[in-house]
Amino acid sequence: MSAALPIIAVVAVAVGTALAGTFGLRRVRTTRDFYVASRTVSPRWNAAAIGGEYLSAASYLGIAGLILAFGFDVLWYPVGYTAGYLVLLAVVAAPLRRSGAYTLPDFAEIRLGSATVRRAASVLVVLIGWLYLVPQLQGAGLALTTQAGAPHWLGGLVVCAVVLVAVAAGGMRSITFAQALQFWVKLVAMLVPALVLIAVWQHRDDGVGAGYPTAPSRTVVHLSAGTSVRVQVPETLTVSGTLDTRRVDGPVALTRGTHRLGAGTTVTLERGDVVPVVTSLPAQRNASWLQPLGSGRAHPLYASLSLILAICLGTMGLPHVLVRFYTNPDGRDTRRTTLVVIVLLSAFYLLPTVFGAFGRHYVPDLLLTGDTDATVLLLPQRMLPGWPGTILGAVLTAGAFAAFLSTSSGLTVSVAGVLSQGVFRRRSEPFRARRIRSFRLGAVAAIAVPYLLSLPTEHLGLAAVVGLAFAVAAATFCPLLVLGIWWRRLTDAGALAGLASGGLLATAAVLITIVAGPQGGWSGALLAQPAAWAVPLTFAVMGAVSLATQTRVRADVGRILVRLHVPETLAGELRSLGRSSPEPDRSAQPDSRLTT
Amino acid sequence: MRITHPRTEAARRGPVRPPTREIDEQTPIGEVYMSSLIRSQRRLAILVCAVVAVVLGGIALAGALVPRYAAVRIMGIPLPWLLLAMLVYPLLIGIAALAVRQAERNERAFTDLVRRR
Repeated sequence: MSAALPIIAVVAVAVGTALAGTFGLRRVRTTRDFYVASRTVSPRWNAAAIGGEYLSAASYLGIAGLILAFGFDVLWYPVGYTAGYLVLLAVVAAPLRRSGAYTLPDFAEIRLGSATVRRAASVLVVLIGWLYLVPQLQGAGLALTTQAGAPHWLGGLVVCAVVLVAVAAGGMRSITFAQALQFWVKLVAMLVPALVLIAVWQHRDDGVGAGYPTAPSRTVVHLSAGTSVRVQVPETLTVSGTLDTRRVDGPVALTRGTHRLGAGTTVTLERGDVVPVVTSLPAQRNASWLQPLGSGRAHPLYASLSLILAICLGTMGLPHVLVRFYTNPDGRDTRRTTLVVIVLLSAFYLLPTVFGAFGRHYVPDLLLTGDTDATVLLLPQRMLPGWPGTILGAVLTAGAFAAFLSTSSGLTVSVAGVLSQGVFRRRSEPFRARRIRSFRLGAVAAIAVPYLLSLPTEHLGLAAVVGLAFAVAAATFCPLLVLGIWWRRLTDAGALAGLASGGLLATAAVLITIVAGPQGGWSGALLAQPAAWAVPLTFAVMGAVSLATQTRVRADVGRILVRLHVPETLAGELRSLGRSSPEPDRSAQPDSRLTT
Repeated sequence: MRITHPRTEAARRGPVRPPTREIDEQTPIGEVYMSSLIRSQRRLAILVCAVVAVVLGGIALAGALVPRYAAVRIMGIPLPWLLLAMLVYPLLIGIAALAVRQAERNERAFTDLVRRR
């Protein structure tokens, strides 16, 4: 019974998304419908859709998990996710919409007129998209494993299937409806359990003390994989399985220090037992967990500042975020939409902190397994045993799946668009309808690759991997957009050099962190949070190379800047605002009146 | 010998070219119009980023430089948590609303300037 309810919730969300996709299908008539919903979506729908698409597994599950493990220092994630839109609003929103581009590679081509820069931008879109998709699919696996005992590969597969049905059938229009709906599903699915849990907590008047996290009640922890844990204080725990290479079954006295627990081991924590902490997470007292810079990470101030920079500047470079701005009717509405997005995100991001802070008290045993991403899903059952907790858990699972589905489908559309133009493109194909086929092929590749990458179980934490995607976006697209919009002397050579150097270095740092795990010392801090050095570096390279190649500045750069900055109200009077201005290459995109 | 009123010469030169034409033809005067718009919007963008940097950077640095502020509690909630988990959001919304208003003002000023006869 307790497994059936979450499954029903997941099925309801999946079917709802697929239905919304088919509903949209009937309204898809032209190419513009398919890609950007003909730019006729109202600001309020659009803002909810942007919010729906943006709130991913990292926001829904990851932040609470990080807060449980690290404390105050990771509150920067939700703040940065919101402030990123403020930076986007102030710096790029309206000009980007006015550029008339559908995608980031389109913008590169419109502004710089270079097919090479376009290709470099395409590669980066695919890279960032995949990096962002992996944690979504891992989160789906985790949710189904935690809630229904399903094998860890199943959740990701469900997400892939639903996304492919919805994306291939309806394109952007259907996604806009589905996304806007999913924002409200996610908000309500998190708000209602949060309010109930706050009421329960006030009633009990519990609180985290200053010492190490202790089990609030008798808890049996099963370790499916071998785990190294740090024991904080000498204590006797009931362990059944392998401990430091010997078989044990019953109470054992554990010395302070690191111990190895074998796969299949069960640890029973009694009320008040100090929870041993997996070695990959910091084992700090609650007093320092509450403090700024008390997360126990290396160089916490640098890590905090670099993370803020990555998220604030990376938001504008996320492929699935930008494509949705093109569905606004004009630049002024784009700004107003972004303002509404900030309001919606601010409301949502009050909630994960509640789960993370409660989690430290009620589910500290997650520190032993390291599965802190399950905090949101497990908390209701722990605080309210019995059917109320099960129902709230099912509601949260539904919200989590809404998060995986919405972000994954948005990313899949963006990556598929790039792949279908760059890889699955056949100039010789005579029929327009076949171009849609290349988009669908692109969609399959866009989500299948990250699914395969997500299968190895080792992971860094959902929000941390998403943070790395932000860092790559900040180190590449942010300088391209900012200089492209505000600096007339940017050249194609400068843009290319900046994208290449920033992209390669940030990606290398990210890959080292993912493959080799977090490293210690300054080098480890610099690799784990590359934004603080990679972003200024890219700006410097783009600026310097552009200044050295001033002969390559486009002759019509003035006309392009007019188009980016002049309000649409002057379109009737200014000929350079006419829609005859340079358009990107859309030959690969399906022409008007496609029939599916 | 012909004596003309100074304004006669002005009439012969023809009507003043409208600013929109200067911009369309990318004359130096058109460039001046455009750079006035871009400069005002760029100044706003930089200002907003600076305010965000001061607010967020200030909260981050306060933790490092004034550790005592972390001990302050308001209604049982530590001040840093109250700031970063709640109060910072209305602040961001406020900055965003002001940014939207000012950006639209800049555009209106430009539109009025260009439409002036």
